[in-house]
Amino acid sequence: MEILKTAAAGTLESSDCLVTVEPGEGLHLDLSSSVMNQYGRQIKATVLSTLERLGVENASVTVVDKGALDCTLKARVECAVFRSNGTSASNIPWGGAVR
Amino acid sequence: MIVRPKPERFRLRRTMMFMNAQKPGLIKDAYIYGCDSIMLDLEDAVAENQKDAARFSLYHALTTIDYGSTEVIVRINGLDTPHWQEDIRVCVAGGADGIRIAKCESARDVHTVEAAVEKAEREFGVEVGRTLLMAALESPKGILNAYEICSASDRMFGVAISGGDFRKCMQTTFQPDGVDMLAARGQMLLAARAAGIQCFDTVFTNLDDEEGFRAEVLQNKAMGFDGKSLINPKQIRLVHQVFAPTEKEIRQAEKIVRAFEEQSRAGVGVFTVDGKMIDVAFIPGAKRTLKLAKACGMYEGDLA
Repeated sequence: MEILKTAAAGTLESSDCLVTVEPGEGLHLDLSSSVMNQYGRQIKATVLSTLERLGVENASVTVVDKGALDCTLKARVECAVFRSNGTSASNIPWGGAVR
Repeated sequence: MIVRPKPERFRLRRTMMFMNAQKPGLIKDAYIYGCDSIMLDLEDAVAENQKDAARFSLYHALTTIDYGSTEVIVRINGLDTPHWQEDIRVCVAGGADGIRIAKCESARDVHTVEAAVEKAEREFGVEVGRTLLMAALESPKGILNAYEICSASDRMFGVAISGGDFRKCMQTTFQPDGVDMLAARGQMLLAARAAGIQCFDTVFTNLDDEEGFRAEVLQNKAMGFDGKSLINPKQIRLVHQVFAPTEKEIRQAEKIVRAFEEQSRAGVGVFTVDGKMIDVAFIPGAKRTLKLAKACGMYEGDLA
């Protein structure tokens, strides 16, 4: 998927994360987390694999994590990407690219 | 991916706790509270501009969190919104046990949802008929049409009244003795029993009024409700206590079932237990008591 416009999803509440995607050249990830030392590597891997599944190759992605589980990270990244395309409201490929 | 066992149409549902599907902090460990069902909410708890985000959150919660034997129901948005169809797709794809139809007013509403659910089951390769339905009655029209709603589909396991909206329609407010909703609760119970499905009461929203809550739960039990919707884990315990059978009721039920089995083997249809006449009509009630007792950890025998 192409990142057509800047979009965000999530919150800064505990157990959540705020993901922002912007149009860009190549993939840039800016990650900050309240549990960076323990889980930074895993969070990064989850975000990158989610972007890969969605076919996002060019984007600038900012993740501010407040201790989100993997399933929450995925949900927020996916929602932000679909929002950037204006396609987040219907016909989501549940179980396909979103899984 | 977590694959939930096939939902049981009739199971113990004393407590159904509402949770905002959009709040990861709430839904990630909802099973620890011990309620019989959790109700992940895509409707009123989720702001209009977060409906999409709530679905992504719901999908991953359903497919990665092991809720164990806690039933997982999702409340979808009303049929008068642009959201309900995608809500149904995500519920079915994620493997939710059931769907709660908000603001249900007619059998047609149930059929509309059922058709969309079946379509989604085919789309996502889910066994057709797996996803259960329940309806929330929130208006006078819904209450008046309760029987046609309750009997509209084999997927229907229960019906619930939604107090907030209903009281607004009736131009009344919460009354401690329940007189504001007495007729509606009664009508809904009659319809549910006539259709052979379960019946649940509305939420009690004043968390500080413990006496009021107890009074309402006692009245629910006395009226014959199967359970109650809740908004906070601290409400679970009292409902489970009130809905649990007494030790005496359990012993009595056990005696009845045992005597019935013996007597029917001997070809006897009607007999007495402790001086009371018993026939086949008493058996479902007695078995229900034992099942409830087992779920409450009060009975370990094999008659339930």
